This record gives sequence, C-alpha cells and structure tokens, in this order.
Amino acid sequence: MIDFEISENIANMKNMVHMLAENMMRPAARKYDEEEHQKPLDFINMMWEDSKRRNRARFEASTKPKQEGKPEKPAENSVMFANVIEELSWGDCGLYLCIPGGLGVAAVEAVGTSDQKERFLRRFTEGEPKWGAMAITEANAGSDTAAITATAARDGDHWVLNGEKIFVTSGKAAVQDSEGFVVVWATLDRSAGRAGIKSFIVEHGTPGMTVTKLEKKLGIRASDTCTIVFEDCRIPLDNILGSSEVQKKDSTSGFKGVMATFDATRPMVAASAIGIGRAAIDFVKEEFEKQGVQIRYGISPYRMTAVERDVQQMEANLQAARLLTWRACWMMDRRMRNNLEASMAKAKAGLAITLVTQKAVELMGPLGYSRELLLEKWMRDGKINDLFEGTGQINMLIIARRILEYTREQLK
Amino acid sequence: MLSFELSDDQRMIYETVRKFALNEMRPIYRECDEGGKIPPEFISKAWELFLIPNNVPEAYGGVGEPRSAVTGAILAEELAYGDFSLAVCMLCPASVVYPLIEFGTEDQKQKYLPLFCEESFKPASAAFMEPRIDFDLPSMQTKAAAEGGSYVINGEKCLVPLAADAEVILVYAQTDASADAKGVQAFLVDKGTAGMEISEREKNMGLKALDTRKVIFKDCRVPKESRLGGEAGCNVSKLLNYSFVGLAAMAVGVSKAAFEYARDYAKERVAFGEPIASRQAIAFMLAEMAIEVDATRLLTWEAAWRLDKGLESDREAYLAKQYAAEKVLMITDRAVQVLGGHGYIREHPVELWLRNGRGFATFDGLVTI
Repeated sequence: MIDFEISENIANMKNMVHMLAENMMRPAARKYDEEEHQKPLDFINMMWEDSKRRNRARFEASTKPKQEGKPEKPAENSVMFANVIEELSWGDCGLYLCIPGGLGVAAVEAVGTSDQKERFLRRFTEGEPKWGAMAITEANAGSDTAAITATAARDGDHWVLNGEKIFVTSGKAAVQDSEGFVVVWATLDRSAGRAGIKSFIVEHGTPGMTVTKLEKKLGIRASDTCTIVFEDCRIPLDNILGSSEVQKKDSTSGFKGVMATFDATRPMVAASAIGIGRAAIDFVKEEFEKQGVQIRYGISPYRMTAVERDVQQMEANLQAARLLTWRACWMMDRRMRNNLEASMAKAKAGLAITLVTQKAVELMGPLGYSRELLLEKWMRDGKINDLFEGTGQINMLIIARRILEYTREQLK
Repeated sequence: MLSFELSDDQRMIYETVRKFALNEMRPIYRECDEGGKIPPEFISKAWELFLIPNNVPEAYGGVGEPRSAVTGAILAEELAYGDFSLAVCMLCPASVVYPLIEFGTEDQKQKYLPLFCEESFKPASAAFMEPRIDFDLPSMQTKAAAEGGSYVINGEKCLVPLAADAEVILVYAQTDASADAKGVQAFLVDKGTAGMEISEREKNMGLKALDTRKVIFKDCRVPKESRLGGEAGCNVSKLLNYSFVGLAAMAVGVSKAAFEYARDYAKERVAFGEPIASRQAIAFMLAEMAIEVDATRLLTWEAAWRLDKGLESDREAYLAKQYAAEKVLMITDRAVQVLGGHGYIREHPVELWLRNGRGFATFDGLVTI
C-alpha cells in the first residue's frame, strides 16, 4: 500500500535530531567554516557520548549470534538514517561529516570477521572519540576505482602497502588525532584488474603511514580531507577485509562486492544534500514572509512573479529528490537490489541541491552573497554532494547502463 | 509507514489497464489522431472496464468501491501511456461523476449518477478553462448571478471535451462580485439548455482525436438546484486538486511512453558501427528521462496520497502538476531528439507525444480522477 508517512519512531528521532541541529550545530556552523582545520571539539565530544551508547548496542547485536523465533519488525534502518542525516545536514553538513565513526567503520561492520569486529569496532563503545576512515581515491583514480595503483604485497606474516591516497574524509582524525584506523583499497595483482583490488585495515600509528597534506576546500571545511602516503607500511595478514584470493582475470565478483557498498552510501549522500537544500529553502521562505513576499500556488503563469516560479521549482525539485531517496532506502531496508534507484537518488539530489542553493543565494540579493548569513556557505557545502561517493556523471552512467541493460564495454 | 508498494487491488487495476492500453489503445491512436475521431467501438470497449461506475456508491447503481486518488493516479498514468486523447475521452464523465459523489446533494446524485452506471457510455464533461492568456481559478470571468430562483450564467469556456454530445456539463463560474477563488462554484447544465451555445470544434496542436469545443453562455438560466452541492456549494480548490493530480499522472504516462520508445530506438539504431545508445550524449539524455519519469510519479503519488488522507494538499497537488508539465515537455522533446529527423516524421509516435505533452501546462480542470 503506497504510503508516504514516516513511522512514529522515525518522526520522533527526526524531531530530536532537529533540536540538536538547531541548538548545537547552527550556532557553530560559521565558526568552523571560517576557521578551517579547527576541530569542533565541543560538538564532537557531545556526539561521541551519544554514539558510544548506540555503538555499544550495535556492537553487541553484530557480534552476538542471532536470536531465533522472535518476529522481526519491518526494518527501517535506512529510512531512519536518511532522515537523521537530513536533519544533521540541515544543521550543518561540515559538522555532520566530523561526527566520530565513518565509512571505514561501516565497511568493517558490513564485511568484517567477528575477530576483526572485536579488534576494530569495540573501541567505538568506549574511551575518547575515534574515527574509521576510508581511503579509495588516488590522484589518477577517482570514480575509475579499477585504475587504483596502490599495492599490497605479501611478505611472510604481513601485507606491505605502498601508494598514495587522496581525499580521505576524516583521514587525519582517524590516523593522527585518535586511536582509529583507515580502510585502504589496494591491488594485490595489477594484471588481474578489478578482481585484484582488496581492502585492508591499517591501524593508527602504523609505521609507514603518514598524513602528508590537509586539503583546503570550497566547502565542508569543518571536515578534514587529507592525503595519506603508505611507504612499506606493514600490517598483519588478517587485516584484509574479505578473502585474499584473487579471482581469475575476467571475474569481478569481489569488486562488485566492494562497489555494492555504494548502493548503501549514495542514498545517504543524497539525504545530506536534501538537508542542506531544505535549510536554504526554509531560510528563503522565512525571509520572504518577513518582507511580506507571498508565494502563491495555483495561479496563471501570466500573474506569477519570477521569484514565485523559482521558489516553486526549488521546492518541487527538492521533494522529488527526497522521494527518490526514500525509495532507495526503503528498498535497501527490504533487501531489494537498489543499485539503479540509489544512483537515481544521488544524481537527482546532486542536481537539486546545486539548483536550490545557487538560486537561494540569488534570490536573497547581497544578503545571499554575504558571509554574515549561511546561504553562501550552503551553496559551497552543497556542491560536495554532487561530487563525492560518485559524481553526478558517474551516477548517470550507472543509470544509463541499467536502463539500457548495457555492460561497461557497451557503454563507456 | 513508508511504502512504495501497490496494494493487491491497485496491482490488479494497473495490470488490467496496462493490458488495455497496449492492446486496445496503441493499435489505433495514430489513426485517431490523424482522422480526428475516436471509434464508437473503442468507447464501448473502454466503458466495459467500468472504471467510473466502480467508484459510484451502490445506492446509485455503482459498484461502491471507495474512491482513491492514488489508485486513480495509477490508472490515469497507464491510460495516458496508451494514448492521451483516448484516455481523456474515457475519463470525461468522471469530471461530473466524482464532483457529484464528493459534493452533490441527494437530489443531484439521484438524478445524475445512475445515468453513468449504465451499460453504455454516456458523455459528460466539465467546462473550466477560458480562452484568455491570464486564465486561472482566482480570475474566473464566467459569472453566475443569482436571480430569484435561478442562476444566470454568462461567459466563455474553451477546451471542453465531448461538449457537443455531453448529457450534462459541469460549468465553473464566479458567483461573488468580490471575485476570488472561494467565490467560484460549479453548475450542472443539462444538454440543450437555452443560452448555452456549443461552438464549432476546436483545432488544437495536440489532443487531436478528441472533440473539444468552446462553450459560450449568454444569459443561460439554470434553476438554483443545479448548483453543485446546493446552497452549501462545493470546494472548488479541492476538486481542482484532484484534477491536478490526474493531469500529473497522465503526464507521467505520456513521459513513460516517450522514454521507452526513445530507449528502444536508441538501442536499435546504428550509427558509426554502434547503436547510438552506446554514446553518452544519447545515454545521458535517456538516464535523465528515466530519473524524471520516476521523480514525477513519486511527487504525483505523494499528492494523491495526501488527498486520500484528507491532508492539506493545495500546494503539493499544484507543484506535482507543474513539475509534471515541465518534465513531460522535456522528456517528449528529448524523445524526438533521440530519434533525430525520424522523430519529426509522423510514422513514429514521438512527435504526437510532444504535441500532447506541450498541453499539460495549459490543461487545468480537463480531467479528474
């Protein structure tokens, strides 16, 4: 039965997170944009206290054998996450990306062995804030992850990693500022192509791993994005995620597994974009109301002002992106394959956020351009959502291949 | 709880209507467009689906299924996927029947509803739009003035489908001199009422299979009882919201037809030794079309769902329709573009879909669900 009402559970959580976003994130948003590379410690510590408690429950659930016989409630984790992320990003996207944890944690949680979970995830239930970063991108391998050149080679009881990773979100936080780790994509056998690519967990403080550069960015400046160099970096054999076996050349099953995580993360990036877009629309509408500018619905284009047309387009585009995102999440919660829908949500949200935030700056005149308000910041922050976890174009390519039923050789 | 799944009933209706669209509408729609005619055999076959009587209460001869805007949107999308002109023709009586179910007085329901639950199709229609560039609901120029025991209607309507044969036309008119949307009411005007003049058939860019007329009212006097809902009247904004959602759903149907055709063509058509779909310039156009078909459908369903839940829907229904009107034009235009010069030739359907698609920005109140 078609239903657009989020559950009471999600609605309550959404309200709670919204209050946090309004009271704790908005007031700090500008400061950590202007003071790039400063850590928002108050916010991080506050979020850590809360996430430790949640992580404990999650950790126990993920390491304990499943109880049988209990009827499960319909899953809504993804829809829940999407709504939480929308609220946090409404508060501030840069701060949201600083929250301890990270994509590396999600990767270990998804494919790690129980021993790996014990070794790498237990720490997220206790002590000081920690991060688990994900290092995929290289200078010459962005969306084309198959072109990765970082290598892993076996030497006795160790893997030896060599290479350079860029654009690692929370990389510095994970390997320098906390007792965290980073999950690194590297190839065991370049001649095996995509099948040779595996991911490895590198503990903070491992000799041979160095943060060499902290990026200065257009937006999301509260979040650290860094370069990490691996030089004869030795890690234990059992720090590989998944199997170490390299399949024969034309098999990409291992690689597909790695790529499947994007089906889970892309709707979340879309949700973040929607949060920023909503912040911009909320602001514009409130400001118009103060100025006595009314947005009328249902009138002739002849009578409509350009401003009304713009606001209506912003609202419709944002809502369209939100519904596509919810659909992708809803499918994920039902374990339906959502590769196409996840890319649709991501591509649409990227376009919508760009339109919405750029229009919002325009509509507010000099106010929009001023750093005294947050509109210009939202435009800069929002753009990241059309870039990371796959650019808009890569997602269009995935969508095109899916609707045409083409392989990557048939549609390059 | 959030769900994107059709109910069993909706799935059944979807499948029935889709089959009808493919088997009964697709084979004849080009001929209908060229000839400007809809065969009576088609209309009878379409009536056998009993789509409209299905929602009429049993007391008035219907099946008594409660009306759902979401189900209506699913159904309207598939019909328009078959053909837009034929779909409007099929659903035309709904523009009288549904407002009657929603707001009609007992007498009005008893007088009219059984007529539309009979074995054979009875044309009926609504007269909403006016031939002016600045037409919208708040500025309705057709007036209905109360005079003694009757209303006197004056004004000009356009794009009234099946007006020439309609048993009854629901005419929207301003009743209040202070003139805003709240003053607009609807009147049941029977066929042949003096002062209602049905003009020559209109010539439009699209919708060519459908007979549409200008209808002119010159001191057209109707009894007080013909005001929809009697003294209480009706909520025209609410009726219009159903129409917005219906049109949005039909725009999705036209979009889907154009997208699928262009996609299949791009895989067949070879240039420089490869199907043109294997080039990003074409593939990305198709990808954007696919996203927007889904995006428009979800916005439409959400607005429909709000109507069904009785939630405030003025903004959502309007935005869904506006968004759909913009996207159906983009998608049908791209479909022509993907076919290149062939898209311009009337042997392919895409030019027809572009002509029909252009109309959605205009068609207020044309259909309801």
